[in-house]
Amino acid sequence: MESQLAEIVQHTGGVIGNAWLMIAFPLVGAFILLVFNRFTNRWGHLLGVAMSLASFVVAVLAFVELLGFGEEERRRAVHLYEFIPGMVDMGLLIDPLSISFALLITGVGSLIHIYSIGYMAHDEHRRRFFSYLNLFVAAMLLLVLADNYVGLFIGWEGVGLASYLLIGFWQFKPSAATAAKKAFVVNRVGDFGLLVGMFVIWTTFGTLTFKGLGEQIAPGTENGTMLAIGLLLLLGACGKSAQLPLQSWLLDAMEGPTPVSALIHAATMVTAGVYLVVRSGAFFFPEGSGAALAVAIVGAATLLAGAIIGCAKDDIKKGLAGSTMSQIGYMMLGAGLGPAGYAFAIGHLITHGFFKADMFLGAGSVMHGMNDEVDMRKYGALRKVMPVTFVTFFIGYLAIIGFPLLSGYFTKDGIIETAVHHQPILGWLAVLGAGITGFYMSRMVFMTFFGEKRWADDVHPHESPLVMTVPLMILSLGSIFLGGYLILSNRLLDWLTPAVGAPAVRPEFHFTSVPGLATLALVAVGAIIAWIKYGRVPVPAVQPRGSFLTTFARRDLYGDALNESLFMRPGQWLTRLAVFFDNRGIDGVVNGLAAGIGGSSGRLRRIQTGFARTYALSILIGAALLTGALLFVGNI
Amino acid sequence: MTTHYLILSGLLFAIGAMGVLIRRNAIVVFMCVELMLNACNLAFVTFSRQVGNLEGQIIAFFVMVVAAAEVVVGLAIIVTIFRTRRSASVDDANLLKY
Repeated sequence: MESQLAEIVQHTGGVIGNAWLMIAFPLVGAFILLVFNRFTNRWGHLLGVAMSLASFVVAVLAFVELLGFGEEERRRAVHLYEFIPGMVDMGLLIDPLSISFALLITGVGSLIHIYSIGYMAHDEHRRRFFSYLNLFVAAMLLLVLADNYVGLFIGWEGVGLASYLLIGFWQFKPSAATAAKKAFVVNRVGDFGLLVGMFVIWTTFGTLTFKGLGEQIAPGTENGTMLAIGLLLLLGACGKSAQLPLQSWLLDAMEGPTPVSALIHAATMVTAGVYLVVRSGAFFFPEGSGAALAVAIVGAATLLAGAIIGCAKDDIKKGLAGSTMSQIGYMMLGAGLGPAGYAFAIGHLITHGFFKADMFLGAGSVMHGMNDEVDMRKYGALRKVMPVTFVTFFIGYLAIIGFPLLSGYFTKDGIIETAVHHQPILGWLAVLGAGITGFYMSRMVFMTFFGEKRWADDVHPHESPLVMTVPLMILSLGSIFLGGYLILSNRLLDWLTPAVGAPAVRPEFHFTSVPGLATLALVAVGAIIAWIKYGRVPVPAVQPRGSFLTTFARRDLYGDALNESLFMRPGQWLTRLAVFFDNRGIDGVVNGLAAGIGGSSGRLRRIQTGFARTYALSILIGAALLTGALLFVGNI
Repeated sequence: MTTHYLILSGLLFAIGAMGVLIRRNAIVVFMCVELMLNACNLAFVTFSRQVGNLEGQIIAFFVMVVAAAEVVVGLAIIVTIFRTRRSASVDDANLLKY
């Protein structure tokens, strides 16, 4: 039996046949904005938005066209051009999985573009910002649409580049420049895994296309090579999706402008790892395999780590970053459970795209009104001055903690129930994580929007303009309804089945399952604790010392310290050792030799006294010695 | 037969060499060099006689030619040095050194 990806229909014409336009539009936008530079300053942002929207339109049309095909024919390959002769041709794979991602990327991405018009209105480099945003979207689309690992890798690197440029957008801030470099370097570690994984795939199977792999790999195959490939790909996914142990870049990435954080966390970048795992799932992460278990364990560990970090952050963006780590952890956990979890993982990815973009943009809106203050201890009582931001943020908050009937409830609960069913320990850890989510997200909302005002007198918070609030409203609508629509009656599951395979048992959504009720109870407990600590009593304006646990979470679970002591310090020692060896060892030999020759010749030249008679004597002695030697040799 | 000539040649050469080494006056040194050259000439001629061909004698002529040329150049140098330094001592002309 072959994997379902073996049967990919070649497709020409129509919207799907021209799906490359989806990538081309934002790429051309980025190109124009970068090449024509200052001349596009006046209308550059509009072009950026138009290109992103055009891409979204193509995605929608392709989606509609794909719906027109029968279920078994919804895997359409589009050949573009010969890329590396004899190795791989560039082509696109339009199937339910890739088109779902494309819709999310272009849809939420376009909203973030629109929002950025307002958010970056006063930035003199707004045009450059939009060119990078377009580049980001184009790279991410190439990543999800490519029908082979090489194209995916190019998009993968493009995403890394765009994220580097955007995180370091305010590069005059040393912290932003450092954060960009950190994101880039940490991502390289993951890229190394993906790249080596691709090498092994190529040497083992001789193909890098999904179709070719689908023809060669029988579902459920498991051996050492497959496990190695799976773990290498997981390393790549960890880098891009900020999973343990490569999570450290994500929190620092908050140095970028807020729309960037929204784009990285909601629509692009961090979802790439989940995409990679789900796309490769049929090949290298079969249900119950060691690689899949590793994915689930990484996901569970990260969802707890992210949640714990989120609890102690006073910086609203860093708190949200912790929650992203945590939510991506849920997706990874779901993706590690085989086809049963894929639909929930992708569903959570989509709904998370909405509510996280909603909250990030909401946080941006708050910062916009608060002179770019990010410390929540200086917020408080903002719900009255920013009603739209408050309502949309609150909806996003309800969605992320899994308030019943909102988007996050369905998708997260789906992951938790599937996990409890397949991997009970990890499943119950996910339940615990949901409780912590309830705490830290409630804390964030209480500190920002409730309580008494703590901002300084010269700060005049105000509601953001419509160009920023309308995207918030659209996103919060998605945060309310999307989850239920996708999960109830298994709409997303059936839609994705042609691409990722069907689960053995068709899941049904229970409103009153034990893990689900436990989750709700824990979330309620978390929210109540948050209210007791941050809602009922005034929040101190200065960060209290806190227990060692608080410090532990504030310092990102000492992830940076660990990296420093494990990798950075030994690396520095190594370079110091190398420098020492170079200076004292290699240079020492060379310099010593030169000094030795110089010194000895300096002594030797003293023989030249200038007295002709001395020379005559030495000639005589030399001649006598030579003659003697000749006589001696002649006698032998 | 010819041993005495060779001994004489050796003695003359040794005297010349010692003169070059121990005398300071450039003219005397120069004459000692001539003495060494002529000691060689004597040895050449002796060996020519001993061996029975003319090559040694021819070489002796060559040596004389070289010696004559050398006298011309050498004396000119010595005279020039004396004019500039008011001294014909070889030890005084020691500027060309390390």
